Amino acid sequence: MARAKESWNSRIGVILAVSGSAVGLGNFLRFPGQAAQYGGGAFMMAYFVAFLLIGLPICWAEWTMGRRAGQSGFNSCPGIMAYITRHPAGKYLGVLGIVIPVVVYMYYVYIEAWCLGYSVNFLRGEMVFPTADAAGGFWETFIGNSKNGAAVGFGLKEVGLYLVVAFIFNFYLIYRGLSRGIELFCKFAMPTLIVLAFIVLVRVLTLGSPDVANPHNNVVNGLGFMWNPSKVMVQEAEETVDGSRRWANVEELVGAEVIAMKKAALEGSADKRVATITVWQQLRNPQLWLAAAGQIFFSLSVGFGILMTYASYLKKSDDVVLSGLAATSTNEFCEVALGGLITVPAGFAFLGVAGVAGQGTFALGFKVLPMVFSNMPAGQLFGFLFFFLLFLAAVTSSLSMVQPGIAFLEEAMDINRKQSVAILGIITAFGTGFVVYFSENSKALDTFDFWVGTFLIFILATIQIIIFAWVLGLDKGFEEAHQGAAIHIPGIYRVIMKYICPLFLLTVFVLWVVVNVFGYSFETGETNVSGYVKDLVGKDSNIVAQMSIGLILTLGIFVALVISRVKRYKELEIRS
Amino acid sequence: MTTQGWIILLVSVSAVTTLFTWCVYKVLSIPGETEHMHGVEFQTPDEIEEE
Repeated sequence: MARAKESWNSRIGVILAVSGSAVGLGNFLRFPGQAAQYGGGAFMMAYFVAFLLIGLPICWAEWTMGRRAGQSGFNSCPGIMAYITRHPAGKYLGVLGIVIPVVVYMYYVYIEAWCLGYSVNFLRGEMVFPTADAAGGFWETFIGNSKNGAAVGFGLKEVGLYLVVAFIFNFYLIYRGLSRGIELFCKFAMPTLIVLAFIVLVRVLTLGSPDVANPHNNVVNGLGFMWNPSKVMVQEAEETVDGSRRWANVEELVGAEVIAMKKAALEGSADKRVATITVWQQLRNPQLWLAAAGQIFFSLSVGFGILMTYASYLKKSDDVVLSGLAATSTNEFCEVALGGLITVPAGFAFLGVAGVAGQGTFALGFKVLPMVFSNMPAGQLFGFLFFFLLFLAAVTSSLSMVQPGIAFLEEAMDINRKQSVAILGIITAFGTGFVVYFSENSKALDTFDFWVGTFLIFILATIQIIIFAWVLGLDKGFEEAHQGAAIHIPGIYRVIMKYICPLFLLTVFVLWVVVNVFGYSFETGETNVSGYVKDLVGKDSNIVAQMSIGLILTLGIFVALVISRVKRYKELEIRS
Repeated sequence: MTTQGWIILLVSVSAVTTLFTWCVYKVLSIPGETEHMHGVEFQTPDEIEEE
């Protein structure tokens, strides 16, 4: 069956679509939390190094390989991998480029529904929380955290209705196609998102000291908590297993007056002290580098297979170097200049250090911030704007997660848009239903996010940069990248893409496995196997986590079986 | 907020804003860019196939 060849409408459109794919909840919730936790200045140094050494190179590699294979009609990750490698195993490496975005979509659309639900309820004036605990209670009920099946409900204060709306909206835009669906939506959504972020930013930066009883809880100290390169900590003496004494951080201090008062209070104390951790001391912490690299990685959406698919719809003469840089710079702008100035300062101004320190992405976004908005002047409006901004950011990302699956089904099964949308719609509806039903402690969502949304992404990104630099080859890769290029990739990137980036990625991956799978602590030297592993094997295993892995494997096997029957992929091997 | 904190904030925000602005300028100043612009079209790929 002859299919209409899809393409992008304009360079700006494709840049906005790729930026939209990258700009998501991580920019406004995950990044600020990570930067604050690891000391703004030190984190930002590691963050920019990771941006230059892994973010940009992988991004350019994905754009280049995608456009190259797209000229021969290959738009899916298996097709692109088969085309570039010309090896029988190449197409199977592409399984990851389908499984990752499809599985991530299954839970991401659910989180998208939370954002929509929160924005609607703010608009209705239903989000009034006197304390962060009250906000947390609403969130836990909303997402059915107490028991499996509790999230299934279709009232205005339940997530089901918003999930159906978000799910249908995504697939409607996907059905409309690349240029008339994804590109058109991103052309409106991305500028809107940036304008909304500016409005919320102005509101946050003009909050001053909202809590009269705690004048130290103010926006300037909130910015300090986020951006100060040195951390001032209250440390407590504790004995280690071998009987020696070590100082453990117990509380961070922000603001000159607060620090002076605490120092005076602890003067002469043998068990507690106030200590400054310098930027250089922080940079010696491997977990800071791990956090910075991880943030760059997930923020730019590299390693999902999405960029390759998007780039495959470009024409041979279309630029990829400037477009890739423009898309990543849009993401960085939203993350550092907008996200970095909104979330943490707002939370700090109302709750102080105790309210925002160590909060995870979801806790910061769905417990702390709703309470903050509900207590600020005109908070109903700003709460609505903020969560609607998150919803737009989430939709532009989730759209990009569906396109690789659609492209694969059309390419491998030779079916049209309507059929591919129907098949993928059924698969993802089942997966999302699974995540929503097994909502107790967000076990299904958490398992998907850890093993697919984190673990597999490292593997695919490493495969991609190795294929670009070592299989396609740097000479051919750079020649391909520079066809139609508006700017040139600096020569230093030949060394970076060939050696530094793969080594950096492998190091980060090994460290990540050591810390997050085997549970090794660089601070204490102790090892405690991750709960994600214990969920799968041993006496404490969890049936929902095991079923989640089963679902991921089933999808992977299905994709591999379909790949094995595609003649076009086999012909590539014969021709080579 | 310490002086170093302000410096880090200003350098980081300025760096990403400058890069973003430069990229937008470069993309918009490339000749012939508007040739690809088709504006808003409300026809789906399947409708094109049927034609």
